[in-house]
Parts: sequence; structure tokens; C-alpha cells
Amino acid sequence: MELVLTTHFGNDQYHAIGTYQELGGYVALKKALGMTSDAIIDEVKKASLRGRGGAGFPAGIKWGFLPKNDRPRVLVINADEGEPGTFKDRLIMSRGPHLLIEGIAIAAFALNAHMSYIYIRGEFVKEANILNEAIDEAYAKGFLGKNILGSGFDLDLTVHRGAGAYVCGEETSLINSLEGKRGWPRLKPPFPAVVGAFGLPTIVNNVETLADVPWIITNGGEKFAALGSEKNGGTRLIGVSGWVEKPGVYELPCGTNLKDIIYKHCGGIKNGKALKAVIPGGSSTVVLRPDEIDVAYDIESMAKIGSASGSGGVIVIPEGTCMVRILSVLMNFYAHESCGQCTPCREGTGWFKTIVSRIENGKGRPGDIELLLDICDNIMGRTVCPLSEAAGMPVKGFLTKFRDEFEQHIRDQKCPYGNKFQSAHA
Amino acid sequence: MPNIILNGLQISVPDGTTILNAAKQAGIEIPHYCYHPKLPIAGSCRMCLVEVEKAPKLMTACSTTVTDGMVVFTDSEKVRKAVTGVLELMLIHHPLDCPICDQAGECGLQDYYMKYGLHKSRYDLEDKVHKTKHQDIGGQIMLDSERCILCSRCVRFLNEVPKTGELEISQRANHSEIGIFPGRPLDNHYTGNLADVCPVGALTSKDFRFKCRVWFLSSVKSVCTGCANGCNIDAHFREQTMYRVKPRVNDAVNQAWMCDFGRLEYKKANEGRILEPTLRQGGSDRTPGWDSALADVAFKLKDAVDHHGAEAVAVIASPQSSNEELFLIRRLADEILGTPNLSFTSRVAGDGFADEILIKADKNPNAKGAGLLGISDSGFDALLQKIADKKIKALLVFGNVLGDLADNEVATLLSAVPFVGLAGSNESALSRAAHAVLPTASIFERSGTFTNSAGRVQRFEAGFLPRGNARPDLDIVTGIANRLGAGWTFEGAAAVFAVISASVAPFAGLTYESLGDQGQNVTEAGNA
Repeated sequence: MELVLTTHFGNDQYHAIGTYQELGGYVALKKALGMTSDAIIDEVKKASLRGRGGAGFPAGIKWGFLPKNDRPRVLVINADEGEPGTFKDRLIMSRGPHLLIEGIAIAAFALNAHMSYIYIRGEFVKEANILNEAIDEAYAKGFLGKNILGSGFDLDLTVHRGAGAYVCGEETSLINSLEGKRGWPRLKPPFPAVVGAFGLPTIVNNVETLADVPWIITNGGEKFAALGSEKNGGTRLIGVSGWVEKPGVYELPCGTNLKDIIYKHCGGIKNGKALKAVIPGGSSTVVLRPDEIDVAYDIESMAKIGSASGSGGVIVIPEGTCMVRILSVLMNFYAHESCGQCTPCREGTGWFKTIVSRIENGKGRPGDIELLLDICDNIMGRTVCPLSEAAGMPVKGFLTKFRDEFEQHIRDQKCPYGNKFQSAHA
Repeated sequence: MPNIILNGLQISVPDGTTILNAAKQAGIEIPHYCYHPKLPIAGSCRMCLVEVEKAPKLMTACSTTVTDGMVVFTDSEKVRKAVTGVLELMLIHHPLDCPICDQAGECGLQDYYMKYGLHKSRYDLEDKVHKTKHQDIGGQIMLDSERCILCSRCVRFLNEVPKTGELEISQRANHSEIGIFPGRPLDNHYTGNLADVCPVGALTSKDFRFKCRVWFLSSVKSVCTGCANGCNIDAHFREQTMYRVKPRVNDAVNQAWMCDFGRLEYKKANEGRILEPTLRQGGSDRTPGWDSALADVAFKLKDAVDHHGAEAVAVIASPQSSNEELFLIRRLADEILGTPNLSFTSRVAGDGFADEILIKADKNPNAKGAGLLGISDSGFDALLQKIADKKIKALLVFGNVLGDLADNEVATLLSAVPFVGLAGSNESALSRAAHAVLPTASIFERSGTFTNSAGRVQRFEAGFLPRGNARPDLDIVTGIANRLGAGWTFEGAAAVFAVISASVAPFAGLTYESLGDQGQNVTEAGNA
């Protein structure tokens, strides 16, 4: 199987520019600098490269949204990997920082952007240090800075560390935070491509998306597209966590069967337990029952079954786990991370937390399930950014697919699994 | 001009109009909290959600501009459910302390609850998030964070208008809270507006708190007398007591704002008022009623003219007087008394603070009008000198202050004049020194016009009858003049204004009616 990203991730010197170059690094950049901007964007379009941050927007098309004017453009790299269950960009940044830097240089050249920023999650201290070292190396070798490889193209790249807000993974709050403002999402329109960072046309791309670009330039978009499934080019880094024998990050072709991911690649459920549920694409995606996981792990196929591959974070839940407790933990997260700007999310996420935790704590009431679903209706799609959906989707998913468990909690006024952590989220 | 269909109604609005404003033009109210016509769009309260055909989600009417052919529904089932839902979410942590809240009666939460809510609470009392209550954040404002719906109007106001940015939202999610930075209270001259922009009871006026339920208040359109800017205001009163003033929108003058000084000017109408015409002779006061008082003043003036010549009589006008009052005062001096000694000053005690927003250095509402009506302030100091030199035998003064003279200076100066008649509204060194005191109506008890420093002529209306036995200045001037044979028959300010308009060039073409409640500018010549 051909790998795009992780081929050399086993090499513990791959983060160093010397090793990276020995193994073929920065050749794609040289090639790209000899291409036209349109030709590069065309290759990326042909590659069917879909954004790896969660929304899955085609990267080539996004790049085409920049207005045709001569205002300076900004390329922002979203490295704020904060979706619970997701830990793949972190791997790229620690193991293959130059893959990302090379991808950034190529994309910036194609977009004619001379300023780029990596907005990295504040907790990723180690990764930020590795990136900064790698950026210094790239400047020293002339892959960044003035007149890159004699092409006349200039690019500056800066690492900006976030301050610990989940919502800053949303591109407009990321931009606000980058500008030094409060990390609140912006009203759209205008979209960042028109008015983004510092008021300039801005493209925001995920780390993995850009790390794929050098391979696409070297090998051609069509070859990349062929690696994956229809409309889903290339491979994906899938972070599998939870009750599996071999949790970790796996690079697999887009469209790999989800059941195979869990049972074949990850060695199945730990200690031979039965599977109870799978959260397939980060905590905001609709949970799947075991009978639903025989599905191609790509954007369209997952949408067809009412869920999403999202940010590629698969959370495996074994039999014997309390689904109410899991939802309660998730709701704690969203209630904590709502930025508080707009009413439905600010108040709705807190209300979710209140109700789900009382159900888990044996104090649920008849009507609580209907109330939760009604709050979903009242907040989803009514907010400035998609955080209300991110919180509402799991609520809807859990209540639809594991409703009996919620009813049992309410009926028996206790958690049938024995709630050992009552005080932690009371 | 895009054409849109709003609730089945075809309307045409200018390019760039938002759905909210298009609906407003069509007479359809879209509920909102964070939207304020004079502040940048926030789009965060989510009350103004409307259904737009072909749009996958409900759109915020405040931030969505109309496009040609757009089909909008503001009253569909989906919209109603959304608005009700958002309102419920706003209220879950609200303390529901309307009985002790000053905003009750003019509260956005109450109003929309009655219109869109009417739901029973589905949220438990013990689950409510508690925040800091009754915080003195400086200026004229108290903050109750529990009542706050985080619409951010106050934050945007401070960033946009005074540009001082003292308030910010801290914390996240449902712990979000408006507040000042530690140790840095509100520090600008426009804090009172925060209570106005706040759609709920979170920011209330320290001055108005717990004074009166708003539904007992009546309102009248007026103009601030605190400086020459002439900010438009609504004066709120109950019976004959003023409780507060709020800025009234006038894009040509004060947008929707007023300063903190002007906001407290109303107190003069309540405190220290002179209520009876009083004659003072040999240390004893008499209150003989208006007829005698006016006759006495008229006689003293005439007597001085008769015995010492018109040069021995002087009139000091006030830039606090209306155009109509000043016009008649000038005619009294010129035509009836025939004295050249007529002047005024706009100087007042204090530092004459001014800024680039609303506050003008001239602390009087009508110095411009006085000048246009032919009363000059250039001879004021010379007139004071004449008084000090005992050349003035009878003096008629309007207003409550004599320029920037201190109380003892006023007393000393006026002791040089055998007769001082005063038409004033409040007790002062002037009223203590005068021999005849004629109590005048406050700004809220009489009607008329002022001309602000930019030459805009603006009407103010009487809200209630003068307190005690006070009378409008117009009646007083006319009363004196007629006792000296003037034969004036003006019926109120409008009639006087008609004469001004017909005889004083800068006012040509203006009528009392055409001034409306937004005012009109004097002609270019007058404004030059």
C-alpha cells in the first residue's frame, strides 16, 4: 500500500532537514516553483484533496475563492487540533514537520501569499518547538524567507500558539485569536477568503491537508486521487482510540472500511470484548452502533449513514460502558468550550450538561429526553459558528441510538453501570 | 433598488439594506437585542432569525443584506419556534427579579416574553448560574451581571463612541460576564448611555435607580440645556417632578447619545426653585401676586427711565432663554425701554470642558440664538462696569447666573443698583440680591426653540405646568412690556416664532411646524 505521509515517520531523524532532504524532501517545492500558480491549483483539484480538518471541503476549490485583486494574501495553517478523539496533526508536526513546511511553501506560492502562520494548539508545546526548529532550518536552507531557491518568491512563516480554546479551531475565531483578539467566531459573510486575518484575503487549511501537497506535486493529482475513493483522494490519518488492541494513528486510503480499521488494522476490541459503539470522526460526529460500521470511511459514505468521518478520530466503545456517562463527559466539554458569544450555544450547551449529568446521577426526570431533543432543535443551526451543531449532534446520536439506556437511567433513578465518578461531573 | 417579498408583501429597498431594516421600513418588527441602529453589528443574540427561501438555515436579519428577489418570512412557524427557543435560552439563568428591577416596564426581556415566550420555565432554580450582582462600575452606572444577556451593546458603545473600552466580556460559555478591568472603572463622560443601550436591567442608572416605576412616567420632547450642542432629549416626569432624561435620536445633532453632565441637568427643575413672585423692601419679603409684582417691576423700570434717562436702565439677557424669549427681551429693551444697555454672556463658572463628541465649551443652549436675534455679548463687561460705577439705576436680569461671577461678586455688584428685577427659576445669589424676583418656568414647563452652536433651531415642549406660581418667561416679558404700553398679544412661542421668522433674516423660511421634532438649520447667512 502506498503511503503519502507516514512512510518515514519511523525514522527518528525525519524531523531534521538533512534527513528529510535525503529522503526526497523539498524536491516537490523545487518542482512547484517552476510551475504556474494555476497549474498547482489544478493538480490539487485533480487530486480530490478534501480538507482534513473536519468539514471536508475540496482544497483546490477553496484556494480558488481568493478574490482576483492585488491585496496581500495570508495563508493560515490550522494546527489547533482540539476535537476530542483527534490526534493526527500532532503526529505530522512532531514526526514530519518539514512535510508541512514544504506543503505550506508550495501552497503559499500557488496562492501568491507572502505571509503564513501556523496557529498551533497551546498545549502542543513540544510540537511548537519542533516546528520552530524546522522553520529555522528551512529559512537557513532558503526554503523560506526572501527569494526562495532563487525563484523571486518570498514567504515568511510564523508559529503562533493558541491559548487553549476549542472554538479557536473554527477558522474565524482562529483568525481573531491570531490577531490577538478574543477567540470569538466571526459572522459570515464576509468569508476569510475575502476578509480574513488582519483584514486581508486569507486561506485557512488544516495541517494534514497541506502536508499532502508535496506528494501531489511530486506524483501528480491523478495518482493521489487514485489512492482513495470517489471524490476522496489520497490517504487519511485516522486516530483510533478507546478499547482496541492497537490504538494509534493509521494512514489508510480514504474509503477504507471502518469495520476493517477497527478489526483488521487495530486488532479488534481489547480483551475480546464485544463492541458497543463507535464515535467515528471526533466527538462531534453521530455515534454508530456495531451494525452500522460496515461502511467506507469517506465523506460521502459516512454522510449517507447520517454521520461523518470528521477529523478522523475514531473512538471505540466496548460493551459494559455507560453511554449516558460518555455523553455526560462530552457535554462537560462543550459546556466548557462554548465561547459564550451567541445565546443558543452559550446557554444550550450548559443546559445539555445540566440535564445529561442529572440523568447519569440518577436524578433524571420523565421528559428529559424530549427536552434534550428540543434544545437540540433550538440551538443547532442557530448560531454564529458550528459549535452548537458539534454539541447537538452527539446528543441527538446518543439519544437516538441508545435511548433505552437513557430511559433506564431515568426509570431506575440510577446508573446501571455504577457511576463511580459521580462527583466529577455533578 | 432590490425588490424583496417579505411575508408575502412586495417591497423595494435601497441597496445594502439589511432584512431587519427592510422589515422596519415595511412596518414589520423583527425582535432583536444585540442590534442597535447606531452600533456595529454583532449578530450574537440570535433573536432576529428569519426564514429566507432557499437558504439552508435561518438567517440573522440584522446582518443579512437583501438581494433582489429574496423571499423572506418573519412570522413562519419555524421562525416563531426559533425566536421562542432563543428567548427561553436567554431567560434560563435570568434572576426574574422584575419586582425590584428598574428596567421593569421597559425591558426587552419582558416585552418579548409577553410577545413570543409565555412559556413555563423548564429550568430549575438551583441550576441557575450565579454571577456578581449590583456592582458599581463607575460613572453613572450599576451593573447586575445576572440580568445581563451578553448582547455586547455596552462593549460596542464604549469602543465606538467614547472609544474608551472600559467594559469587556470575560470568561466563557454560560459563565461569560460583562465587567470592567480590575481597578479601572468607567472613565468617560458618556456612561449614562450604557443604561439606555442595555436592553435589559443589567446596566442601570445610579441616579434613577429605585426612584420611580417607569410606567408612572410621562415623556415630553425636549432639548438639553447643558451646553451649546443642543442634544435632543426625552424628558421623563411624574406630575411636576422630573425623574430623568434620555437622549432622543437626532442624526444631525447627537445620534442617540448625550453626555453625563447633560443627563443631570434636569435636577435644576426639581431643586431650589423659586415658586412665588417676591418683592423685597427694607429687608422684608412680600409675595403680592403676579399683577403687583409685574406692575412693580414695570414701574421701577419706567421710573428710572423717567428720572435718569434710558441710559440708566439695563437688561441682562440669558443664553438659557429661548429664541422667542430673547426676541421679546430685545424688543423690550430696544422699543419699550429704549435703552442701549442690553447684553448677555455665555461665560459660566467652571473649566468650559469640551470634546470632539458632543460636549461644547459654551455651557448654554442658546448663545447662538441670542446673537442672531441681535443681542450682543461684546458689551457685557462694559455693562458690568457701568453697574459697578453706579450708572445703572434699574436693572432687569434674566436667568440664574451672572456670567462667571461668584456669589459674593454678584452680591457686591448688585448692591450698586437701586433696583434689580430678576426673572429666574432657581434660588441663587441673584435671587437673593434682587428687589423683585419673578419665578420663571423650567425648561420642562415651557415651550420654545433654541439655536444650537451649529445653527440648528430646535423645539422643546412643555411637559407639565410650572411649579408653584412660576410662569413662562414669555408671559413675564410680555407682562412687563404691556404694562409699559407695548400692547403685545402673542399667544405662546409659536406666535412669537412666526414674527421672528418674518423679521429676522437667518430664521426666514422656518416655521414652528416645519422645525418638527428634529429641528432645522438657520439660513447660510445666519450660520456664517
